[in-house]
Amino acid sequence: MAGSTNESAIKQSIIQQRKSADRKKLILNLVLLAILLIAPAVLYPVFLMKILCFALFAVAFNLLLGFTGLLSFGHAAFLATGGYTTGYLLSTYANVSTEMGIIAGTAAATVLGLGFALVAIRRQGIYFAMITLALAQLVFFFLVQAPFTGGEDGMHGVPRGYLFGLVDLQNNTAMYYFVLAVFLFGYLLVQRTVNSPFGQVLKAIKQNEPRAISLGYNVNLYKVLAFVMSAGLAGLAGSVKTVVFQLASLNDAHWHMSGEVILMTLLGGTGTLLGPVVGAAFVVNLEYQLSQGALGDWVDAILGGIFIITVIAFRSGIVGEIQKFMKKNLS
Amino acid sequence: MDMILGVPIAVLAGQLLLGVINGAFYALLSLGLAVIFGLLKIINFAHGALYMLGALTTVVMFDAFGVNYWVSLFLAPILVGFVGVLIEYFLLRRIAHEDHIYSLLLTFGVALVIQGVLTNIYGVSGLRYSMPDVFRGGVNLGFMFLPYYRAWVIVIALLVCFGTWFMIEKTKLGSYLRAGTEDSQLMQGFGINVPLLVSLTYGFGVMLAAFAGVLAAPIYSVSPVMGGNLLIVVFAVVVIGGMGSIAGAVITGLLMGVIEGFTKVFYPEGASAVIFLVMVIVLLIRPSGLFGKEA
Amino acid sequence: MTIMKKLLTSAIASTMLVGGVQAEISDKAVKIGYLADMSGTYRDLAGPNGEVALKMAIEDFGGEVNGAKIEVVSADDRNSPDVASSTVRRWVENENVDLVAGLVASSVSIAVTDILEQNDRLGIVSGSAASSITNEHCTPNHIHYVYDTYPLANGTASAVVKEGGKEWFILTADYAFGHALEADVTKVVEENGGKVLQAVRHPFPTSDFSSYILQAQSSGADVVALANAGADTTNAITTAGEFGLTQSGQTLAALLLFLTDVHALGVESAQGIQLTTGWYWDMNDDTREWADRFYERTNVRPTMVHAGIYSSTMQYLNAVKATGSDDAQTVRKQMMETPINDMFATNGKIREDGRMVHDMYLAEVKTPEESENEWDLYKIVRTIPGDEAYRPLSESKCPLVTSK
Repeated sequence: MAGSTNESAIKQSIIQQRKSADRKKLILNLVLLAILLIAPAVLYPVFLMKILCFALFAVAFNLLLGFTGLLSFGHAAFLATGGYTTGYLLSTYANVSTEMGIIAGTAAATVLGLGFALVAIRRQGIYFAMITLALAQLVFFFLVQAPFTGGEDGMHGVPRGYLFGLVDLQNNTAMYYFVLAVFLFGYLLVQRTVNSPFGQVLKAIKQNEPRAISLGYNVNLYKVLAFVMSAGLAGLAGSVKTVVFQLASLNDAHWHMSGEVILMTLLGGTGTLLGPVVGAAFVVNLEYQLSQGALGDWVDAILGGIFIITVIAFRSGIVGEIQKFMKKNLS
Repeated sequence: MDMILGVPIAVLAGQLLLGVINGAFYALLSLGLAVIFGLLKIINFAHGALYMLGALTTVVMFDAFGVNYWVSLFLAPILVGFVGVLIEYFLLRRIAHEDHIYSLLLTFGVALVIQGVLTNIYGVSGLRYSMPDVFRGGVNLGFMFLPYYRAWVIVIALLVCFGTWFMIEKTKLGSYLRAGTEDSQLMQGFGINVPLLVSLTYGFGVMLAAFAGVLAAPIYSVSPVMGGNLLIVVFAVVVIGGMGSIAGAVITGLLMGVIEGFTKVFYPEGASAVIFLVMVIVLLIRPSGLFGKEA
Repeated sequence: MTIMKKLLTSAIASTMLVGGVQAEISDKAVKIGYLADMSGTYRDLAGPNGEVALKMAIEDFGGEVNGAKIEVVSADDRNSPDVASSTVRRWVENENVDLVAGLVASSVSIAVTDILEQNDRLGIVSGSAASSITNEHCTPNHIHYVYDTYPLANGTASAVVKEGGKEWFILTADYAFGHALEADVTKVVEENGGKVLQAVRHPFPTSDFSSYILQAQSSGADVVALANAGADTTNAITTAGEFGLTQSGQTLAALLLFLTDVHALGVESAQGIQLTTGWYWDMNDDTREWADRFYERTNVRPTMVHAGIYSSTMQYLNAVKATGSDDAQTVRKQMMETPINDMFATNGKIREDGRMVHDMYLAEVKTPEESENEWDLYKIVRTIPGDEAYRPLSESKCPLVTSK
């Protein structure tokens, strides 16, 4: 086939291949969706919701790291801001509906993201990572000091409430499908963004920023937009997480959380859509398994080991490696 | 008594001195980070863990073999430096040609492993290490009581900082180092073993961290988690100074110690956050830090 | 023969009848979930050794209750209300856990007891300090067993004021627990005719306390009180020693100090510090006997939390046995009605707000001359009767009490 001299035939076959690849992708996605839909019948829904929240968080983070090439070491700030805002509104005002609380949390994280972006966006590489870390530390400090957060104790007993005033979210199954819907919304939004012309520019920036500039793109504007969107989605993840667990805590704001989301994304595969989801599922499950068993006290050491192995041996992550493998065997 | 903002000047003088002493710790630690980053472009997130390893080695060597403070002051950094060389040889070398960010992630993993394993062995309550007898007591300076040990810390830390700066910036060895890490192929051509040089440089940066750890052993509670939060503060110091600037790291370290010290008087709750605030402000005004060259 | 047989069957039947109550033990098992910090700051005071204490209680009890097996699951809460609440949710919703024991960080305890209340299961808090756990955060589904901030402040502060320490400087960890302790201490000091000159709040955690110690020295206070915990407290004490705080005539009072902390500090730096504790291993033959058995398994001496976990588990199992039920309310009621007399407490009783009230002890850390081995650390100065030590119900903000 490769030896064919007929150009149009090659084109044809490429298009054919791409179509079949697209079809395969579609089938894969449908299978995954089906699994997600029936999962709560088999697995404990709250556990699944936790995975979905972190998956959304990692997907949001990956929009920056994987598709724009910016390493933020402060994403915990957005997760926490979303969570605390939602938690505060829902537990203080009885007339704020659950969906309003979540929207407000997302909005707060988005605004904060804009603030971060304006400060940090002109910096590159390690400076960008460190300045986002510093800003996140300031947010952490604010959350420790602010009177409404409950400090170290966290914010407890946030009511799950009713979705659109109708569906009782206290029911885990109802809650699960709501979280799934939110997750799919975020996931599809990132997918559309990445595949849009806007997303193409982001990728161009990641690959070669000076060239993107010389092509006439306002690179900083693109970066700010990507950052704000990533922050907003991270906030959405935090808001939903607060509703699921009915609490917001300082853990979400700690810099270790920023490190954890990096691990999830890296492990699953940066720059792939499905990677962060797989990574989040893997890490959440691993932490759960370890905390149950005799290896309870080894969680940190084992996570660290996984970090090392991932960076040394397979930087493309689980999904990235699978894709490579498939490509090799397809051609 | 004269007062500034309701605080007696004598108290402020004391805080200034303490700030400089704490700053000396920051200086030593950030110096190690700056050497490693400046020469090798490695972002060493394991620095806090290696500092802890220095302190812990001191305590463990004393408990197990009765190794005294003075011996530890040399031996612990060498042992930990050797651990550093191993980390470089087996891990960091494999990603030398990747983006710097990967070195950050890799060393973050290393830090988690070291800290996690040692927590399981030594717990977190903190191990005790008694003050060497020579340093017991202190001197009354009028405005404060200065323990001898703190005075010693400031003297030795500044000496080591100056020595390191001198070696890297002013001696032939230093120029090899800088040249070897900047243009490794050329230096390799001159017959210099660059990979070895890289290992040793990383090991040296780690030794500085471990040395700070030994200094800390008699005054801070020694436990596997002692380096965790210190790490990001020290990182902030290095970024404020300008990544890679040796002199910048030292001066900024001292400066941040003082700023933090005064914060502890006027707004104690904010002491842990003030350095990050300074960092944001500095980077807004001077993107490559106080002493950094424009990248 | 047939008569014998009949007799035998009726005897069996009657035992079955008595044992028949066991049908009320859900899924024929009593399942205890042990939740604690296994890897972080609070590891040593409860941690994996707390699970050892729990299992000792189950062994001593016989491994089963009314024919139902006693099972244990355990998990690391990583000091995170997040991790804790998802773990406990799973335990109660999915794995039929009847009792959650351990519970160290206050934030964890508050989060967990919320879930226990929603699902009507029982929790016994052994490690947490916050007195709010049985005050504004009280639920009908938990018991706070070992100690809380109220007697800590009460025991130590009133003793120190009475010895003449009138003017106080308080160094507070800047989070909810520290604030609560600071407030409780201030109240006790003022009630006893003392005065708080200054309270400084330090970030949590802090490694260098020299600046705060210097402020304490220049404040001119008689007493420097540490309203913090764990590594913060030990660090502050070490630094105070280095700067000669006590030599210059000031008294150092640590409000929350565990045996493991004092052990880490060593008697040399900790000598003379007064503290309040709920239990000490070397008080009498009973405590020593238990502590020896504990030592065999763990190589350390138990803290008051370890002892409390053992004692409370025993109480719980006894209550399950007596009522033949593992229903949270039935068992809690039975536990409230049974006075506690064992190696941990004398005439301890559980109040309706869930507070287990028992005698507390004012202890002083021994000097190097007095201490005979590495764990010979305290001498008990005074026994504080439970009713005097704990917050009286008349001051309670707990809805279980006030709504009556």
